[in-house]
Amino acid sequence: MSRVFIALQANEDSRCIVEAIVDDNPEAIVNRQPAMVKIDVPGRLVIRRASIEERLGRHFDLQEVHIHLISLSGHVDETEDEMTLSWDR
Amino acid sequence: MDMNVKKKLGLKEKYALMTRGLGWETTYESMDAVFPQTRYEGIRIHDWDKWEDPFRLTMDAYWKYQAEKERKLYAIVDAYAQNNGHLGVTDARYINALKIFLSAVPSLEYNAHRGFARLGRELPGVGPQIACQMQAIDEIRHAQTQIHSLSNYNRFYNGFHDWKHMNDRLWYLSVPKSFFEDACTCGPFEFIIAIGFSFEYVLTNLVFVPFISGAAYNGDMGAMTFGFSAQSDEARHMTLGLEVIKFMLEQDPANLPIIQAWIDKWVWRGVRLLSIVAMLMDYMLPKRIMSWKEAWEVYFEENGMALFKDLARYGIKVPDCVELIKKEKDHLSHQAWNAFYTAGKITNFHTWLPTEEEMDWLSSKYPDTFDRLYRPRFEHYRELEKQGKRFYNTTLPMLCQVCQIPMMFTEADDPTQISYRQVTHQGDKYHFCSDHCQHIFEREPDKYVEAWLPAHQIWQGNCFAEGADPTAPDFDPLKSVLDYWHLAYGRDNLDFEGSEDQKNFAAWRAQATRN
Amino acid sequence: MHIDLRTVAITPLRNTFDHIARRIGADKAVSRYQEGTLDIQPSANLQYRPTWDPTHQLYDPARTALVMQDWYAFKDPRQFYYGTWTLSRARMQEAAEAGFDFVETRGLADLMPDEVRRRALDVLVPLRHVAYGANLNNVGMCAYGYGAAVTQPCMYHGMDHLGIAQYLTRIGLWLAGPAELEDGRSHWLGDGRWQPLRRQVENSLVVKDWFELFVAQNLVQDGLLYPLVYAHFVDRRLNAEGGSAVSMVCAFMNEWFAESTRWVDATIKTAAAESPANAALIAGWLAHWRGRVREALLPVAELAFDQCGEQLLDTVTEAFDARVAKLGIAVKEAGHV
Repeated sequence: MSRVFIALQANEDSRCIVEAIVDDNPEAIVNRQPAMVKIDVPGRLVIRRASIEERLGRHFDLQEVHIHLISLSGHVDETEDEMTLSWDR
Repeated sequence: MDMNVKKKLGLKEKYALMTRGLGWETTYESMDAVFPQTRYEGIRIHDWDKWEDPFRLTMDAYWKYQAEKERKLYAIVDAYAQNNGHLGVTDARYINALKIFLSAVPSLEYNAHRGFARLGRELPGVGPQIACQMQAIDEIRHAQTQIHSLSNYNRFYNGFHDWKHMNDRLWYLSVPKSFFEDACTCGPFEFIIAIGFSFEYVLTNLVFVPFISGAAYNGDMGAMTFGFSAQSDEARHMTLGLEVIKFMLEQDPANLPIIQAWIDKWVWRGVRLLSIVAMLMDYMLPKRIMSWKEAWEVYFEENGMALFKDLARYGIKVPDCVELIKKEKDHLSHQAWNAFYTAGKITNFHTWLPTEEEMDWLSSKYPDTFDRLYRPRFEHYRELEKQGKRFYNTTLPMLCQVCQIPMMFTEADDPTQISYRQVTHQGDKYHFCSDHCQHIFEREPDKYVEAWLPAHQIWQGNCFAEGADPTAPDFDPLKSVLDYWHLAYGRDNLDFEGSEDQKNFAAWRAQATRN
Repeated sequence: MHIDLRTVAITPLRNTFDHIARRIGADKAVSRYQEGTLDIQPSANLQYRPTWDPTHQLYDPARTALVMQDWYAFKDPRQFYYGTWTLSRARMQEAAEAGFDFVETRGLADLMPDEVRRRALDVLVPLRHVAYGANLNNVGMCAYGYGAAVTQPCMYHGMDHLGIAQYLTRIGLWLAGPAELEDGRSHWLGDGRWQPLRRQVENSLVVKDWFELFVAQNLVQDGLLYPLVYAHFVDRRLNAEGGSAVSMVCAFMNEWFAESTRWVDATIKTAAAESPANAALIAGWLAHWRGRVREALLPVAELAFDQCGEQLLDTVTEAFDARVAKLGIAVKEAGHV
């Protein structure tokens, strides 16, 4: 199955986002490069607001991901609670 | 009651009310008069409401998040300038990559800004209009953050000083210029397939991700910051590109062949444009993270192919040029660096020969080609340098009529033979670097005969300094062309070895490390 | 490493880029507004004819009848480039958000007399379509205009109008709910009182000369509509009748209009000062559109102020004429209704 990926700038907030993604996507492959983190997942990657909030200790609007985002692949679906990237629509 | 209403509306419903709810079917003026550009390309759209908005940003959220990005970015840009951050880069040779970046990229971003503004006005659906409008302002953001970040380099190094003037004139910059002007002169649907899909989705990861990560690796926090900050908008743009292509394909099966032809054309145009990025990655970053070939394999062969696999359900095929690209990836960066090294008298940046260590790295990354084909060439140049005869090409390169790159690529299966095609059109001969560029020309000859090819223009006498008299006995054509470009001979061009940049950087750095 | 580097005092080779230095002098300190604006549009050796407009070049000053020696004579007094514009709007957005938060959490809509709430909805909700038309027009001016000094602020202005259209949508949702937006839309499409304005907006959407459109939209239509609706109707009438909550959530529009008027005026002034021919051209466009816009706004003024509508429109027009007189444009009475 094709992989989807998300790449984030390496900083304090995105550290929590990355942790949340890794926990919510057991097949995630994390690749750290200078100043950025790239996460690949076969088929489908989900980012959950609740998981990020738990780690950040504050309210988090999923659209805040845009501040740290470098790149992504796959079809995007965004609600208040989840953002998913997938090839299996 | 108010609270209940608020609760009931999800992100998607609320966004629909905030965007497509604003539009209406005009009656005092016909929809065709209000949106006159949507029919002539042959694309059929039956229902603009079927458009799915991938990201649902309203203006208030847009302002909020973008302002936060801007605050962060300019704080770093200011700190970087105040701290003389430029002296912290790995090696002054690196700065030459930024000269190419500044002379080529902000103008691309500006063209994208205007192109998306046109689409933001001309597409009849409110959803895609607004997505294009947001992209239009993001693109001017990118142009400006690039200019602002690199402005400080211009204060200390040569080659940056007249980037805008050069962008409209200097020979190699006609490659990016013609690429984007080609797209901007297309109809709205081709434009968005060209830029939104083929360029943004399939190719920009290659420009920004490995290269900007490379900037970080080379101590350039300034370039890293604007690069990644721009890229954070890019994720939105890529998604728009993908959404657009799905939408067009789902609207009518008759759209498929038109779109396929555009994808074939623009993936190739984009790949040719990226030749220079290949060279930046392999030859101009003193510390390297990955080779061009590796980046290509991750971002094109893996991610790009996943995308094409997904689009196969609509009948979209992988462009034919991919076969050739696969073969070229072992050669591209070496041929490009060779071309610029030898053209070092007419570039606004310095060139140099890779060190022994760098050549070893190149041969480890390109085991099939580097030692066999390219190392001997560089060793030959080194021999000449030792004899004090640094090689400079003294003639003008012949350019491909479509991509405008010098004829420097070799035949796919014979790296000793320059790839060269020609076509006669209405009595004139036109030259191409490849079958794919030739095919692009043959589909739209009327467009590409209008190309402004710098080498041809120079021969025709259209590129001499203002007020120059070519009939004067002491007229020096090369000098006059350099003046036309505003290229400062001996400061902007020639070898890095012995350059003012090299001396200044060394002196300033030495000052920093002693009391 | 950086601490060491900071201590190095090195003399720059130059202050700014040559194209900026040619305009302002090589020894001057340069602003980010200047570096991000001046000459950044491609201007020489343009390749290929646009398939969507083969009689012009891609960037072509001839898409308007206005003639400028130098298109970078235009200056935005706010010095907006993307960064300053976004930061300014983010600040205004934060205030607007606080306003919505305040009126929503305290249930101020319910405290408003029904008649006032009804009138606010009747006037404001259809205006979101007008703001959307203004968005399209300004985005078009950016697309087809010449020179980044004038096209750049048009783009920002267009996005501001989109923001306003979305704030108006939010007001509809706050005071009533999604059904109200549908009602407002059907008034916009069918109610006789809104048809002259809809006709005006649609007519403006097919204007080909982008500077004429600038005059029609940014100078005339906004110049009459914003004072009429936001200063007189929202801030005076609704405030006086118990609808101050509405005026709180319209603070963005008032602040925005006052601020952006400085740019609109500066642009018109620069264009008119260039030549008597430009001044005459603008005066002609002004006369033409001023009459039409007044006509289109009259039923809206009556919706807002009943029988006092025309009188208030006259008051607003007088102030508008006084504003325009300062810009070097002769107001021709011919356009007066």
